Amino acid sequence: MHELSIAENIVEIIHQHVEKERLIDVRSVRVKVGAFSGVVADSLEFSYQAITAATPLEQSFLSMERIPFVVLCEDCKEKLMNDDGVTQCLSCGSYRTKIISGRELQVKDIELEDAEKELV
Amino acid sequence: MSVLTIERKVLEKNDDIARRNRELFAANNLFVFNLVSSPGSGKTSLLEQTLKHLNGSVRIAVVEGDVQTDFDAQRIAKFNVPVVQIVTNGGCHLEAKLVHDALANFDLKNVDLLVIENVGNLVCPANYDLGEAMKVVVVSTTEGDDKPLKYPGMFHNASVLIINKIDLVPYVNSNPDMIKKNALQINPALKIFETSCATNKGIPEWCEWLRSQTKKCGG
Repeated sequence: MHELSIAENIVEIIHQHVEKERLIDVRSVRVKVGAFSGVVADSLEFSYQAITAATPLEQSFLSMERIPFVVLCEDCKEKLMNDDGVTQCLSCGSYRTKIISGRELQVKDIELEDAEKELV
Repeated sequence: MSVLTIERKVLEKNDDIARRNRELFAANNLFVFNLVSSPGSGKTSLLEQTLKHLNGSVRIAVVEGDVQTDFDAQRIAKFNVPVVQIVTNGGCHLEAKLVHDALANFDLKNVDLLVIENVGNLVCPANYDLGEAMKVVVVSTTEGDDKPLKYPGMFHNASVLIINKIDLVPYVNSNPDMIKKNALQINPALKIFETSCATNKGIPEWCEWLRSQTKKCGG
């Protein structure tokens, strides 16, 4: 259960990119979560709601973009999506594989309401 | 609506401090490993055996991480090595900042090998870089041979696997070859040791390997 500390890190990143008076306009925060990032999406969502309650970010929510765990076999060149985290090639049995994606844990972007009006 | 593009790693703050820790370790020619396992696999016992074997010839310091109590630090202190206990008060893993603060208690110039014993947990510590050279994961034969497949994240990130309590194999229906096979499916590069803290089996091999790693770092 380290999702709470992950949520705290996300809030900190939001604070670094959005001016204090605009925090209230933040609607969604898109987070890339790899299938293999060790993060439980539901717990992260719950933690985020819990720590932003009664703060200017109260109206915002996390939007999770799930990234599959993909392994590329350097021998048979097969690309395999493998949600159980096995890196051995399931096609030819080779151990010479590379993890292409699935470890991500990244804040992708932040969506703000009425930003155009403010900018004019 | 407007969109601000961020593209930043969520744990980048931890990673930054871990990088600073790593620089500090390199500047002091320190070999550092992060010892991880589920609770009760024998991390502290393994550390005690390691200290028995290496104390006197390698200068060792220990950071202990636990949710509560300083019991582990008390056990390590009996070997007259510098030890700091981090109590996380409920936190399920160590973070780079906690380790960074603990380092202030050591005279790093006079240490060759620093062991960070993490909180017993095979999930969260996998995600937090502490600045160590490598993670050493301990699995004991009493835990089930399928452990690596159940907690693949940790086995991906580790460089060394220690299969501990090897003396209990006849009593607990464990097959160490199956543990190895499962672990290598997740991470074929794992270096593997089999140990028993009760019979001392495998301890000398593990310790000599540790000594050679320490020497490589200039310690």
